[in-house]
Amino acid sequence: MTTDTTPYSGPRMPAGGTPPGGPNPPAEPDPEAGAVAGESLTRDAWRRLKQNRAAMVSLILLIVIATVCVLGPLVLPWGLAEVDWNAFTAPPSLEGGHFLGTDANGRDLLTRTLYGGRVSLSVALVASFVSLVIGVLYGAISGYVGGRLDNLMMRFVDIMYSLPFMFLVILLMVVFGRNIFLIYAAIGAVEWLDMARIVRGQTLSLKRREFVEAAHALGVKDSKIVTRHLIPNAIGPVIVYVTLTVPKVILLESFLSFLGLGVQEPLTSWGVLISEGTDTMQGAPWMLLVPSIFLAVTLFCLNFLGDGLRDALDPKTR
Amino acid sequence: MLSYTLKRLLQAIPTLLIVITISFFLMRIAPGGPFDGERQLPPEIEANLEAAYHLDEPLPMQYLRYMGNLLQGDFGPSFKYKDFSVSELILQGFPVSLEIGGLAILLALLLGLPLGVIAAIRRNSAIDYAVMGTALAGIAIPNFVIAPILALVFGVLLAWLPAGGWNGGAWPNLVLPVIALSIQQIAYIARMMRASMIEVLGSHYIRTARAKGLSESQVILRHAIRPALLPVTSYLGPAIAGIITGSVVIEQIFGIPGIGRYFVQGALNRDYTLVMGTVVFYGALIVLMNLLVDLAYSALDPQIRYD
Amino acid sequence: MADKLLEIDNLSVDFQLPTGSVSAVKGVSFDIRPGETLALVGESGSGKSVSSTAAMRLLPELATTSGAIRFKGEDLLQATPRRMRRIRGNAISMIFQEPMTSLNPLHRIGAQIAEVLARHKGTKGRAARGKVIELLEQVGIPEPARRIDSYPYELSGGQRQRVMIAMALACEPELLIADEPTTALDVTVQAQILALLKDLQARYGMAILFITHDLSVVRHFADRVCVMRRGELLESGETAEVFANPCHDYTRMLIDADPHGHKEPVADDVPVLLEARDVRVRFPIKKRLFRDSEYFEAVRGIDLTLRRGQTVGVVGESGSGKSTLGRALLRLLDSQGDIRFDETDLARLDTGGMRPLRAKMQVVFQDPYGSLSPRMTVGEVISEGLRVHHPEFNRHQREAQVIEALKEVALDPAMRNRYPHEFSGGQRQRIAIARALVLKPQFLLLDEPTSALDRSVQVTVIDLLRDLQRRHDLTYLFISHDLSVVRALADTVLVMKEGRVVERGPTEAIFADPQEAYTRELMRAAFIDAAA
Repeated sequence: MTTDTTPYSGPRMPAGGTPPGGPNPPAEPDPEAGAVAGESLTRDAWRRLKQNRAAMVSLILLIVIATVCVLGPLVLPWGLAEVDWNAFTAPPSLEGGHFLGTDANGRDLLTRTLYGGRVSLSVALVASFVSLVIGVLYGAISGYVGGRLDNLMMRFVDIMYSLPFMFLVILLMVVFGRNIFLIYAAIGAVEWLDMARIVRGQTLSLKRREFVEAAHALGVKDSKIVTRHLIPNAIGPVIVYVTLTVPKVILLESFLSFLGLGVQEPLTSWGVLISEGTDTMQGAPWMLLVPSIFLAVTLFCLNFLGDGLRDALDPKTR
Repeated sequence: MLSYTLKRLLQAIPTLLIVITISFFLMRIAPGGPFDGERQLPPEIEANLEAAYHLDEPLPMQYLRYMGNLLQGDFGPSFKYKDFSVSELILQGFPVSLEIGGLAILLALLLGLPLGVIAAIRRNSAIDYAVMGTALAGIAIPNFVIAPILALVFGVLLAWLPAGGWNGGAWPNLVLPVIALSIQQIAYIARMMRASMIEVLGSHYIRTARAKGLSESQVILRHAIRPALLPVTSYLGPAIAGIITGSVVIEQIFGIPGIGRYFVQGALNRDYTLVMGTVVFYGALIVLMNLLVDLAYSALDPQIRYD
Repeated sequence: MADKLLEIDNLSVDFQLPTGSVSAVKGVSFDIRPGETLALVGESGSGKSVSSTAAMRLLPELATTSGAIRFKGEDLLQATPRRMRRIRGNAISMIFQEPMTSLNPLHRIGAQIAEVLARHKGTKGRAARGKVIELLEQVGIPEPARRIDSYPYELSGGQRQRVMIAMALACEPELLIADEPTTALDVTVQAQILALLKDLQARYGMAILFITHDLSVVRHFADRVCVMRRGELLESGETAEVFANPCHDYTRMLIDADPHGHKEPVADDVPVLLEARDVRVRFPIKKRLFRDSEYFEAVRGIDLTLRRGQTVGVVGESGSGKSTLGRALLRLLDSQGDIRFDETDLARLDTGGMRPLRAKMQVVFQDPYGSLSPRMTVGEVISEGLRVHHPEFNRHQREAQVIEALKEVALDPAMRNRYPHEFSGGQRQRIAIARALVLKPQFLLLDEPTSALDRSVQVTVIDLLRDLQRRHDLTYLFISHDLSVVRALADTVLVMKEGRVVERGPTEAIFADPQEAYTRELMRAAFIDAAA
């Protein structure tokens, strides 16, 4: 019987692969060890991510911000539109009970910022999800079917790219009125283009990989090839791109709100609050700073997390 | 090269047609009309106005009429700015937006590219972390937060520069808007340049250049920077088109008479012709910038030849 | 004057990785005399490239070195960066394994060569251009006066390696370090490059440090040989002496690493399993949206007959269409012409009709890294075909089959829940074979299954394939650019070039007496021993 582990070759580097000292030489499984569980790439990536301090701090901060936005308003004594007749434009103070001050209408800024956070974060999640679904489906079909259909579908994406995006969203908001579901849909509908391109590129390169050819040779059905081989292997870049889409979407929502095209009273969002804060920043800078800090910290963390995920999942750093 | 350019411009026509068509019909199915705003007009006057602007015709007719005029270079009159045609508005506003946007892009390139290169060379050093941390902040803090803060600090509190106004384009009035507009671009360009520099520095031909005995600065200047510029170049096309057509936020905050605000105002006022004019203008500019990027690409990369 | 040009003295190299320190070279000593050729031989991971790269001080920053590397008495490890730059490309120059990517794609080749002259000799302008043309001519670039203004993408891999050599020779170095300079090239090109190096060495009188994984290449090329394994120097000596009396088992194994054995042809009355007539495959090269595309014909009318138990070897260089042919036979690519498998006309079958046949015709690919899905465990990879062809099996039955298949390829069945990235190249290739075997196929397409493996691993995989064929009466179509492997495994050989069969016949006959000029050229290149 022949094995690779002849007396002549012990632990080896991958054949024709990286020079010794390249990142993470794959450990030769010890045939003597009865261990059977392997380490999947997902667990591997998670371990790498955990070593990235900036990304982990960001992840924790994001969880904290989201939790506070969801639970905070339940605990705080003030309502979203509740007016404190004793405190118009009150600066932040501990005594008055308005920890981060009030706005010109005497509404508690912390409460409003947390409510605004709910809107901003929900827009981010839902719109990113919409773009994810459209983008993944469109890109996967285009890449997998290929040929003329791929050509046509990508031509269409090219045309969409030269559409003035922001104009389109603004038009959609103007046309269908300002409501939050529309914001979800409108932003999702314009943010899917990059996703579609990424997924298509992944699908195209995966399609040519030998393990997909091997699956064809096994007689595996196309639908099974897509679900068992293409999607699990394309998921890494998709996750990374989603974490980068979320901050873009938050930014877009707050931009629309800033222009007065976002959610309507009594609802609010970080963009709306920042817009209000801009008007009063000379007398009441906290009204600008509080929502801005929430927004910036969230975006900061999302970007750090996205970078960290990319480093953890990118096969090139492997 | 010339025939390629012509071909590309011809190919842009269907794209522009689609853009125009979508915008036209989307705009028209929006509830409300251009004369809703101010006072309630007597019905007969409104009817007269609509007839004068051919708004009483069926939509397809209006569409054809608009396209016909467009072919002759006529964007039509603005509904809101009654004394101006759309072309006049764009021609007045564009130079202002172009000046601010052009300076912002220039600043972004002058700062962003070297910062990205330095961060890549000193990868994982304190300089790298500082540059990349700042860049991330530049991306995370939107310009509608940065702009008012700049105006407040430098315009009001320190009073070093005017907090707003155009003043015929005097340079002190330019400084703050240009900075506010460029911060995000600096950040993007620095990040992109760093990433592509790192990739290039790991390539085999850089190893070859080092094996030739070239000094590190020769390796970087002669062999690394040009290939690393390629991804940044393709980003610049749409980015420049977006920036020189003006930023609503910056123009609003600093009170600058550019064309960025026309679109949002036009859309809100149902100023159909103004909206369409801006869309066409922007679309054409994007097409043009993408073409320029591709030509620049072929100048940078000999493998890409257009003929 | 020392008679040693370069002296590596107790060199150690460690890489500081996040996961800990990895020792790549462990106290290695050897030397090169002026004008001689020293071959540094070892398989992947032996530390041979790291040692030579250390001599140029081109290792990444996370490497720490100790010991000494003396060039004409001067310790290069202690030299200032400035001093090192005067030496690199001037007194010592280097060529690399990757000709396709080692030249800057954005600069003309002439400028890239002239850069060395300007840097070290101060030669510029007309004089430099003249010198570059002369160099290009010396390395055998046709029409050097025109080619000097070419960009790298306009040249083939072999030509690019020639340009690299011209660049390395520009300052007439005393030592040329050649790091696997021919590994990425086709065999015929490989032979030409070796001959060129030999010729230039005679002309310039430089020493060559030749790094390779392939001991047979250096038999007639090197004066002395050093054999490395796992960062250690196992043995060194005069080439003839090492080949005649290897004192280490590992060296003996490397010398002996050319696959042995041969296969008896099957009798003429054995039934035909697969028959192909006039197979053609074409690819669109210019896709157009509405008009017909332009095509490139990769396979141009090939006939092929495979009898049960036969192994047909398909030999050819890159671009010959051999892999395309294999994929067309399995209906993984659309093709024209007749393909009959076991009396069934494959052209008449749709995807569903083809499915039952797929269990009988299986494939093993070249790339042991690309052919296993990185997100599936080995057990899942192997059982995937069972799910398709034996849906009636329950989990335990599938598991039993997987275990049996793993035993069949001599892998520990306990590893079935591990992921592919936890295995070495040779082990992965065994997994790929197990995936095919579990379906109990009659026909196996082997598309360069050993090309990405170290020689010592190759031998074991070939033994396995031969053993499996005997036990299961398998029929093989074995595609390879490596003639020595084909000689050991196939009973019939097809030589392909540019989509056509140049020559075919029984292995023994073809190898003993090739009829076509192209086949002879291939043979000469592949078996340098025989030619020299």
